[in-house]
Amino acid sequence: MSPTTLLIILLALSSLGYYIGRRRAFAVAGDAASVKTLHSRPTYYGALTALWCGIPALLLFGFWLAFESNIITTLVVADLPEKIRSLPEARLNLVVNDIKNLVSGNIVSGEIDPVMQAAADHYRNLQNISKAALAVVAICFAILGIIIVRAKISKSLRARNAVEQVIKYILITCSTIAIFTTIGIVLSVLYESILFFRIIPITDFLFGVEWSPQMAIRADQVGSSGAFGAIPVFAGTMLISGIAMCVAVPIGLMSAIYLSEYANRKFRAAAKPLLEILAGVPTVVYGFFAALTVAPFIRDNAAHLGFSVSSESALAAGAVMGIMIIPFVSSLSDDVINAVPQTLRDGAYALGATQSETVKKVILPAALPGIVGGVLLAASRAIGETMIVVMAAGLSANLTLNPFETVTTVTVQIVTLLVGDQEFDSPKTLAAFALGLLLFLSTLVLNIIALHVVRKYREQYE
Amino acid sequence: MNKPNASAAKMPQSTIEIVNKSLGKRYRSERRFRLYGLVAIILSLAFLTILFTDIIRKGYSAFWQTYVEIDVFFDPTILREESLASADYQGLVKQTMRNLFPEVSGRRDKRALYSLISSGAAFQLQKKVLEDPNLIGQTVSVSVPVDDDVDMLMKGRIDRTLPEDERRIKDNQIAWIDQLNKEGRITKRFNTTFFTAGDSREPELSGIRGAALGSFFTLIVTLLLSFPIGVAAAVYLEEFAPKNRWTDLIEVNINNLAAVPSIVFGLLGLAVFLNFFGLPRSAPLVGGLVLTLMTLPTIIIASRASLKSVPPSIREAALGVGASKMQMVWHHVLPLAMPGMLTGTIIGMAQALGETAPLLMIGMVAFIVDIPAGFTDPATVLPVQIFLWYDLPEAAYVERTSAAIMVLLGFLITMNAAAIVMRKKFERRW
Repeated sequence: MSPTTLLIILLALSSLGYYIGRRRAFAVAGDAASVKTLHSRPTYYGALTALWCGIPALLLFGFWLAFESNIITTLVVADLPEKIRSLPEARLNLVVNDIKNLVSGNIVSGEIDPVMQAAADHYRNLQNISKAALAVVAICFAILGIIIVRAKISKSLRARNAVEQVIKYILITCSTIAIFTTIGIVLSVLYESILFFRIIPITDFLFGVEWSPQMAIRADQVGSSGAFGAIPVFAGTMLISGIAMCVAVPIGLMSAIYLSEYANRKFRAAAKPLLEILAGVPTVVYGFFAALTVAPFIRDNAAHLGFSVSSESALAAGAVMGIMIIPFVSSLSDDVINAVPQTLRDGAYALGATQSETVKKVILPAALPGIVGGVLLAASRAIGETMIVVMAAGLSANLTLNPFETVTTVTVQIVTLLVGDQEFDSPKTLAAFALGLLLFLSTLVLNIIALHVVRKYREQYE
Repeated sequence: MNKPNASAAKMPQSTIEIVNKSLGKRYRSERRFRLYGLVAIILSLAFLTILFTDIIRKGYSAFWQTYVEIDVFFDPTILREESLASADYQGLVKQTMRNLFPEVSGRRDKRALYSLISSGAAFQLQKKVLEDPNLIGQTVSVSVPVDDDVDMLMKGRIDRTLPEDERRIKDNQIAWIDQLNKEGRITKRFNTTFFTAGDSREPELSGIRGAALGSFFTLIVTLLLSFPIGVAAAVYLEEFAPKNRWTDLIEVNINNLAAVPSIVFGLLGLAVFLNFFGLPRSAPLVGGLVLTLMTLPTIIIASRASLKSVPPSIREAALGVGASKMQMVWHHVLPLAMPGMLTGTIIGMAQALGETAPLLMIGMVAFIVDIPAGFTDPATVLPVQIFLWYDLPEAAYVERTSAAIMVLLGFLITMNAAAIVMRKKFERRW
């Protein structure tokens, strides 16, 4: 029985449970007039039955599926001949992969030997047993749930309280998913990073100035040990984000000032959604625009002026990223400027200040913390932005401040190191997780500072 | 006569005079400042216009495809009854081309001639014959797609004035095409392949259907998970949660997750879903799970704002007539907050639809020809398809990438417009 079918059956049983429970409640109450004598409304008895039918079975279903393949693999490996089991772990993994491929009917590397075939049959057998067992057990759980609750239904059963309690636990579980996500991110990135730092010392990673993650296949190859110094990669990230902020902050801030202080309602109503469109355009589209339109444009114009610009220059990626961030800066600044109390403006006007003087000398200083917070949020977005730089920036890690040269960024390196790569013990792939850890931490710090500043600022004027 | 004036100039000025004197300068600076603001907005809108026109200019022609009419003689010596499926249809196409241009000789010229027709033509003939074996022995006029370079030439995207060795299509090929065009054999038609085919190594045979369906399956998973979980989390935090450190921690977490770079979610998906739980690579199921985690903060934040806007009097009235807290939420508050929650969900879905980076991490970048039929089939999504196509060397892919972008933007604009309409329609001021 496939998992989907089983899931549908469980849901069907669950709704059956609802009807059984509800009917039982009516039956317990006796005639229609005495329904009032029940503790809860009959639907709650139904819901209680459905919950007790569905939830244990679904939990079992989830856990079973999560651990099924691991357990089966261990069982199959344990049954392999001694010769194969004593192979080093990496080779053993290859064998297991071959077996799995055999099971799913894919082409395997090399010819099929009888041992492998036997193992694959064993695997398939276990899989079938597991599926059948899961179906039987889950359905038994479900039916048992219905029977038990049905037997318990009586006039004094506090069905509503029980149902509400269960729902409350479900709500709590859902709200903790955010925490589990964060923990998951930290653990998964940290775990692989620690593996990486065992091979490459953490000081070499943090303070090294050379980045060339190519590991040799043979030990005697030229440049057989890759260099994993993160400084050039981070410098490239900072350069591109810096260019982006140079584009986004003045334009975004001035747009926000114009929209909140000068523009009439009609103009505001038209211009704001149009600006928001810039934020809604997928980053892959910006990347396409940067790589195929902006970069050649900059290169050709620079060639006319007589100096050479790389076609993967930091300038193209940074400028387009800046365009992408404009709406973030402008909408965050807009909120902040609007939060400045009108009395401050009126006071400045009463002293005879012009509108621009009011903005420059009163509103901006008052709104500064909020604006800084917004800019920090935008900067963290620029650092973490991936597609624009993957498509428009380069791969070679140059330690340079020249915006016309090619630089690389953290996100570009993560993507190039991980896409299409399957081996999980080489420093090359692990380096991606170390970079991911650095990226997560740096954006986390920026976000926490920014959110704190913005929150403090809001409280000040609320 | 001059004396009093001179002495007046030396006399200390009154404040109002100083102010009046500086007024001109101050007004000029006021106008300048105002102009900067206007210029900033005009610049951003100009970027928007340039972006859209650039993409439309590059991509509009992808919705048409050039076809050529060739008179194919379904040669019984090539198409034998017993091996119809594996007959040499490529040879059939070549023969037809030789018949059209009998004067072409020499291996290289012949190869140049054959390359005018897409390799998809052979499959088309095969399909035709398998559908109707009576065609064998007859001469039928068939309209087949041309090669992408010819297509580009017909669309004017290859400059004929360039020296021969700088363009992908040679002088003799241009001459043949012009001749075919003069004979009226070349037609441009709506490019249905683009909407019905999966990915392909040949631009003229590639389409976005596989990617679009992959996006569809991924979004279904995302929606089914993130909407209920997001709403439940928002309801708990807004209506039930006590104010303590634990809920504060959850709140800080949600706000932080909203600003975590999307690629980090990809790393999480790779490490947890693929390596730990052993879920299949490139599957919409995993993509949906990753995007769920990514869009949850958006949905939770929007849903909470929506719950907050329901006035407390509704809650008090419900509690006043004896509803339990849970009943108050499910029967009264939630229905009133639902439009706002749905708006937030649509916006979150639009975000998920345009997201690329995390999906690269979980292997949705493979070259997949087959059109996915379920949640665990290998698939790719629209933005990733754009990423896969943009740097392919064939000029025809630039056109197709732009067209795919137009389709993607079309979906996004529709979703956002739906969100705006819903907000306008159901917005209640209390």
